[in-house]
Amino acid sequence: MCLALPGKIIQIEGKTSIVEILGVKREVSMELIKDYEVGEYVLIHAGCAIQKIDEEEAIKTEELFRELKELSDG
Amino acid sequence: MSDIITLAHGSGGKSSNELIKNVFLKHLSNDYLLSGDDAAVVEVSGRVAYTTDSFVITPIFFNGGDIGKLSVCGTVNDLTAIGAKPLYLSCGFIIEEGFPIKDLEVIVASMAQTAKESGVKIVTGDTKVVQKNAVDKIFINTSGIGIIPNELNVSGARAKAGDKVIITGTIGDHGCSILLEREKLDIISDIKSDCKPLNKMIEKVIERTQDIHVMRDPTRGGVAATLNEIAVQSNVGIKLFEGSIPVKDQVKGVCELLGMDPLYMANEGKMLIIAPESSSKAILEELKKDEAGADSCIIGEITSESAGRLFMKTITGGSRIIDMPVGDQLPRIC
Amino acid sequence: MGDFFTTYRDPEILEKLAKKIGDYKGRKINIMEVCGTHTMAISRYGIRSLLPESINLISGPGCPVCVTPVFFINAAINLSSRKDTIITTFGDLMRVPGSESNLLQQKALGRDVRVVYSPLDSIKIAKQNKDKNVVFLSVGFETTTPISALTVLNAKDEGLKNFSVLSANKTVPVALEVLAMDEDIGIDGYLYPGHVSAIIGTGIYEELARKHRIPGVVAGFEPLDILNGIIRLSENINQNNIVVENAYQRAVSKEGNPIAVSKMYEVYEPCDSVWRGIGNLPMSGLKIRDEYKEFDAWKVFELEQKVMEEPKGCLCGEILKGKKKPSDCLLFGKACVPESPVGACMVSSEGTCAAYYKYNF
Repeated sequence: MCLALPGKIIQIEGKTSIVEILGVKREVSMELIKDYEVGEYVLIHAGCAIQKIDEEEAIKTEELFRELKELSDG
Repeated sequence: MSDIITLAHGSGGKSSNELIKNVFLKHLSNDYLLSGDDAAVVEVSGRVAYTTDSFVITPIFFNGGDIGKLSVCGTVNDLTAIGAKPLYLSCGFIIEEGFPIKDLEVIVASMAQTAKESGVKIVTGDTKVVQKNAVDKIFINTSGIGIIPNELNVSGARAKAGDKVIITGTIGDHGCSILLEREKLDIISDIKSDCKPLNKMIEKVIERTQDIHVMRDPTRGGVAATLNEIAVQSNVGIKLFEGSIPVKDQVKGVCELLGMDPLYMANEGKMLIIAPESSSKAILEELKKDEAGADSCIIGEITSESAGRLFMKTITGGSRIIDMPVGDQLPRIC
Repeated sequence: MGDFFTTYRDPEILEKLAKKIGDYKGRKINIMEVCGTHTMAISRYGIRSLLPESINLISGPGCPVCVTPVFFINAAINLSSRKDTIITTFGDLMRVPGSESNLLQQKALGRDVRVVYSPLDSIKIAKQNKDKNVVFLSVGFETTTPISALTVLNAKDEGLKNFSVLSANKTVPVALEVLAMDEDIGIDGYLYPGHVSAIIGTGIYEELARKHRIPGVVAGFEPLDILNGIIRLSENINQNNIVVENAYQRAVSKEGNPIAVSKMYEVYEPCDSVWRGIGNLPMSGLKIRDEYKEFDAWKVFELEQKVMEEPKGCLCGEILKGKKKPSDCLLFGKACVPESPVGACMVSSEGTCAAYYKYNF
């Protein structure tokens, strides 16, 4: 019940936005979130943005995973 | 001539003849069709491959093709898959009364163009017209014959442990494109059907090497259905490598969004080739020389364990069974 | 910030994490995930095949398709048979068996049943078909329910008179509590649903951890997220760290999404709810409030919510709670197969029984 993807806001039109995921676009409702801008990422579920992606946290998580990559085996 | 198809056009009289002259023969003209006889007489010798397929696709015009192009490609590719050089096609039309003649002309012109591109001749045909709602706009049946070179022996039962599984390009393009046009999911993309004839490309491969075990085009049910069938026919296991399977970004995007799997989506311009490791390199070289095979790659191998099963090593290194599809995939939220 | 689809699917990192899990030397533990999408992702990425025997990953009742009661499908089929009615639904519900049929079969018989990607698409359909009644089949947990709520609010704003929602929505926390208390299951740790948490936040899990001494990790759905989540959880369990770790911080905060929660409770209120295979869990469901009754299809069409017995021999209830395995069920693989599922666990293509059937080499 949770199939949701991160999409990039390409265009804002009133209460909806066009978001882009891997080159495909769809209009989604933005009525469940606030304070968003073109260029930011949101989590899309069933035609609606349900949460903003926290870019700082995303970068921290990526760094954590990169560190795991560098760790030697054993 | 009226601008829509009427029952008279299918009744064999003056209207039928007008239709044949002004639409079919205008685009499909050749000595066989011009003879006006009830059957075409052709001379062939050798091992004759013979196949038939019916096309009922909706929508009939789609991004990358139409039902006419599809009906020629489908039969040409089926002959190609058995190793034959396609030569002659038949085509039968069943048309709903009220169907616009200009649309029929586009479809027939498209068939002519595709036949020319693949070097086949459409030598015999038939047209029936039925009442409104008896068919959905237009259905087309094509059948075809071709000759298989003597040294070539391909069959779904010939896959052997150690063979490599090759795909001639990205998967899911056709199925994904049709899904978006038909289901009105309001997803905006450039995805188009990969519908194209593959015989010229495969002919070059066969000229280079006949050491090929299986060829099949993964149409309905996608790569998953086709490889499951082969696994059972050959009584082998087939192991795919998820990281090696080529998928266009936009197809991936649609599948992620809707919770669908490109392995189950139809392809109309791709071939699966299963061949020993020793000939795989040469096969890939030849495929890549053709635009239609530019993205060709090895996506898996044949194993002796798990006979009759298709499974995949996923990107995590884990293993997952890929089942035979049960009906069409549906978008999901779970 | 990197590309989401490559970062969290980096094969090199995945290999490292897969090895780490494979090398697990801790005690035997039971981990439960309660999200259908986690079940799907675990199956899709073949994660079970990487786990050692000592980590028992149980798929709990987190799939709304699996836990939707039979009477809901029967009511939907009943509505679809009316000539003046259009049913809109998520694709997930199309193959769920009712008592005698399913929605896909009804569609084949010519009934107007349409798969939608978003409940909001139903509004467009209702506007284009003013002479018909449009009913949206609403199932799901807290990730999806705010969107059903938004659809009702938009329908009200637009003054739509031909639209309603047939709801069987549920909430996750009660189920988590009930499962945590069941000693027969013996849950040692929870893999919490990342997107439900994005809506409700993580506060409630901390309460659960304190009360029942069960650690948890909030995990996302990419393979890296899931593997990392399982590793973190197994470490916390072995070290007796009764904590709730948020390992999906790019989407989940402690507060969650208050706007979504508020819209959800503007339209819906808690009620008792029947979970197929489990039975009634008090205050675990959501029903449309009286103020929005003109959009409540149960009331508009006066439909019955009659609980039906599970088919004889069906062990779904025990399997959904992780107490029994599919192979313990006499119907499994014989009368109950994916093409013709009998119980809830075989219904969803990635329900526990369906997943086991697939893996039955």
